[in-house]
Amino acid sequence: MPFKYFGKINFTPYTKVDKFADYLQKGKLMGTQCEKCGEKYFPPRADCLKCMNDAFKWIEYSGNGTLHSYTKIYAAPKGFEDIAPYTLGVVDLEEGGRLISWIKDIPDKEIKIGMPVKVVPRIFEEIPEIKLYYTIEKS
Amino acid sequence: MKVGIVGIGHGKFGDRSDATVQELAFEPFKQALNDTKNLRREDIDALIVGSVPEYHKQRSLPGVVAEYTGMNPQSAWLTEAACASGSAAIRTAYMAIKSGMHDIVAVIGIQKMRELSTPEILALMGRVGDVQWESIFGTTFPGYYALYANRHMHEYGTTREQIALVAVKNHYYGALNPNAFFQKEVSLERVLGSDDVAYPLKVFDCCANVDGAACVIMTNEKLASKFTDTPVWIEGLGSASAQMSVLRRPNLVEIPSAVEAVKQAYSQAGIKPSDIQVAEVHDCFTIAEIMAYENLGFCPKGKGGKFIEDKQSYNGGKIPVNVDGGLKAKGHPVGATGVSMATEIVKQLRGEAGKRQVSGAEIGLTHNVGGIGQYCFVHIFKR
Repeated sequence: MPFKYFGKINFTPYTKVDKFADYLQKGKLMGTQCEKCGEKYFPPRADCLKCMNDAFKWIEYSGNGTLHSYTKIYAAPKGFEDIAPYTLGVVDLEEGGRLISWIKDIPDKEIKIGMPVKVVPRIFEEIPEIKLYYTIEKS
Repeated sequence: MKVGIVGIGHGKFGDRSDATVQELAFEPFKQALNDTKNLRREDIDALIVGSVPEYHKQRSLPGVVAEYTGMNPQSAWLTEAACASGSAAIRTAYMAIKSGMHDIVAVIGIQKMRELSTPEILALMGRVGDVQWESIFGTTFPGYYALYANRHMHEYGTTREQIALVAVKNHYYGALNPNAFFQKEVSLERVLGSDDVAYPLKVFDCCANVDGAACVIMTNEKLASKFTDTPVWIEGLGSASAQMSVLRRPNLVEIPSAVEAVKQAYSQAGIKPSDIQVAEVHDCFTIAEIMAYENLGFCPKGKGGKFIEDKQSYNGGKIPVNVDGGLKAKGHPVGATGVSMATEIVKQLRGEAGKRQVSGAEIGLTHNVGGIGQYCFVHIFKR
């Protein structure tokens, strides 16, 4: 499953961490860990920021985290008009690291910074080409 | 040897579909030359253009600008640091003069934001963050600042009304600036009642994409007196970068590149925040100005909302900020903005700012942020 299938519109079809998409299709949220110093990364990184080592292994993330911030996008960029308005959340993951994605099925009034959330791997079913993503949901 | 500004020019910001990019550049360049005494165009030995190239149909701007302004065969090049490209160009000119490689440098900040269609612009702006892990979910420029705003409100209790008061102030001063795009005051109710862009930010929380150009001519201490009786010196410079991705930032309540850049600038100038008498800060969104008060040390961390509520950033307050209307009312032609800020501080320190004059101002500051904080340039000016 090439990385080009990750995201509604993908801008980076090639990357050293392209196995991320394979795992995501199997329902696994994966980060990377430096083989040398053990530093963990989400979003994944091929090259260690700390020790500059370029060998890494994949480690599974639970998807559990807390909501760090959010916004509801009304003026959407090209390629996203059809789903606007949509709510984006930034999640601090339990194992460290952060991600940004759409908040799914949580009413606006219930969205609170600091609330526990769960990140769930998903596949778009409503568009013809296969697209992988993840959503932020009630934990 | 000190480096300073001896000539300034500022074009009208707005919908400039009447002019090409080089025609826009010509306006402030000619004004800046006329603003000096006896400086001949052929005395200028380099031209630095501050601009973000991907907004223009014309490729390689310094080429077309050098030709149209009559600067050939002098050295010409581009500096780019997103919305901070103009200040990056001024920093580059400072380095060129300080090193002795060039004596007199013209800096032109320029941008035509309206050459591309709205869908094209929105697509470009959507890619201001990390395109691999963020843009794929439809992030936007105001969306990122909305993430800062919500987190700031959560951590410090900053209110929606306090954030909106930045727009009220900057439109009040924009009404006094003939070069501003918006020259009308707005009420708090109007700001809060405007259309949603990215919750909690509304239309009046956002600066407008406009066309525009501004120019400064810089030289060293030895030559300056030949060209002006009122030189304005750049006595502190700071520049820093921060993570492209908000996912890797230490927090979402400050711009770390600004905190680092201003530390350098204060140290070089040998001053402290309370010495600043007039400031131009990067208010691309209202929340950005509130974070700037804090990041520049004008008020304690988390007290930016209170600072505007108490009118401390109005003329007559502790530190008058954006008394030319800021990006909010002037409009934000990205490459021109940093140079525009410098022209306002020069006017203020010369005592030529008319109705917006901060009485007796001798020390001024510009704070120009690129992107969503990836770059920040701070300059401190003295007369």
